[in-house]
Amino acid sequence: MRVIKALLAVAAMIFVASCSSEQQTATATTTTVTPGSVADFKQNVGDRVFFDFDSSSLREDGRQTLNRQAEWLKKYTNYPVTIAGHCDERGTREYNLALGERRANAARQYLVAQGIPATRVRTTSFGKENPDPPGSDEQAWAQNRRATTELQ
Amino acid sequence: MLLPRRATILGGVAFAAGSAMPARAQLTIDMTRPTFEPVPIAIVDFAGDRVGADIANVIRNDLQNCGLFRSIPPSAFIQRDIDANAPPRFPDWRSIGAAGVVVGQVQSGGALKVDFRLWDVVVGQQATGLSFTSQPANWRRLAHIIADAIYKRVTGEDGYFDTRVAYVSETGPRSNRTKRIAIMDQDGANNRYITDGRTMALTPRFSPTLQEIVYMAYGEDRGPPRVYLQNVDSGRRELLGNFPGMSFAPRFSPDGSKVAMSISADGRTNLYEMDVRGRSQRRLTNGPAIDTSPCYSNDGSQIVFNSDRGGTQQLYVMGAGGGGERRISFGEGRYATPVWSPRGDWIAFTKILGGSFGIGVMRPDGGGERMLASGYLTEGPTWAPNGRVLMFFRENRGGGASLAQIDITGRFERSVPTATEASDPAWSPLIPQ
Repeated sequence: MRVIKALLAVAAMIFVASCSSEQQTATATTTTVTPGSVADFKQNVGDRVFFDFDSSSLREDGRQTLNRQAEWLKKYTNYPVTIAGHCDERGTREYNLALGERRANAARQYLVAQGIPATRVRTTSFGKENPDPPGSDEQAWAQNRRATTELQ
Repeated sequence: MLLPRRATILGGVAFAAGSAMPARAQLTIDMTRPTFEPVPIAIVDFAGDRVGADIANVIRNDLQNCGLFRSIPPSAFIQRDIDANAPPRFPDWRSIGAAGVVVGQVQSGGALKVDFRLWDVVVGQQATGLSFTSQPANWRRLAHIIADAIYKRVTGEDGYFDTRVAYVSETGPRSNRTKRIAIMDQDGANNRYITDGRTMALTPRFSPTLQEIVYMAYGEDRGPPRVYLQNVDSGRRELLGNFPGMSFAPRFSPDGSKVAMSISADGRTNLYEMDVRGRSQRRLTNGPAIDTSPCYSNDGSQIVFNSDRGGTQQLYVMGAGGGGERRISFGEGRYATPVWSPRGDWIAFTKILGGSFGIGVMRPDGGGERMLASGYLTEGPTWAPNGRVLMFFRENRGGGASLAQIDITGRFERSVPTATEASDPAWSPLIPQ
């Protein structure tokens, strides 16, 4: 059972990684990204941490992403960070704004625990507004239950 | 802008309509009965000025859309030479099935003077008649006020046609949507935008005088959203409260002196109350849960809100100053967006159960739960000022937001036309006269 869960988590990570790199190719073309750039952070670290339905508990895949984020942010200290929480569309607008804040806060607490100064990381929430991807199926919902680390 | 008080009452003779009449089409309706037929009514173009036909059209539209009336098309009218000051030929109107006939006349030139009579065709008497004077630009409002008077005479309930609706206008692709606050008349006329759309604005709510709205909007900096108070006419807006985190879900107290809202910080969302004039703020709830969507009771003594403190989203009621919190929703599913009726007798809510969303009502003690509408996404009920009709929004799978309205028996739902896609309606009180 535990093994299956781990495999699923890996599968999810691979899926997500391929998605985000696909998105990147549109803008960053094929040139190698500059280490320490926003593109580097998105492609090689991963700016998105995912959650289960109506949950703000970090999953193992999320912790691994946040570990990489913390490492990168310690190396490149010039970026202030905003973590934006998002939700799927299967909740009400106001509750989802609060749930998104809770997700953003869970990611922030984790980064702070890894040694990122609390003053460097602020949070916001977009709730279920502006879903990305915009679909109305479980696959789209899963990708909208997230905290995105945005570099300013 | 404001109308002078109702100037003259032409004759509004009170009479016990229909009490001794046979059960055919009557000019009264009891909306609380399980079944009823819409009242067939004939509204004749008002005489005296071109705007008279426009006024009659607005009245027809209001009455037809509320579901309690059937507006008989003017093409079916037999009596064409009707005199606004004399009784109509009742047999002509009985023969086309009308229970009531509305006639009126307009005097323009300077101020606009409109008077109307509602004739009870069944008993052959005048049921009500009123006269109004206002500026010509207010002709639509006069028409709504007349429709309200007819509604009240026939149903015994206050009307809700002379009202406005604030809502979120939505344009553009779902992943990069422009959402801005708009205000329109209840029937969709006079649509105008209150925010410019450069940043997303959500959840508008009217003050009791309609002069101000509160809403939540994002800044230009990807920072947390905050609650703003804006004067509708001047456009002047100001931040309401100075909280470090997010503030959202604002709602006025019934007297307009306070605004309750949610404040999020460190993963906790609690309820606060702002004094609108003095700007003092006080905390109403304190805990690790999400407490949101606060709404005052009609008398201002209590607040109903949505909390996940028990594990899932449920509805709770507490004193308006905080404290004494008790859960009132105990059915299956998750409950959200509670809104207290202006009459105090019901709380409307959104319910999420087994993959679908519904709009329902329950008594303030949690009893008598009844679902009225459901769909892929139905959310955010708001009450008409008479507490008999709700507006809410629907979204289809894959997008497409629109407003809908339903009466509290759940019998009659209609979609509310808007200039763009629309969500988050907020129904105003009756416009002060």
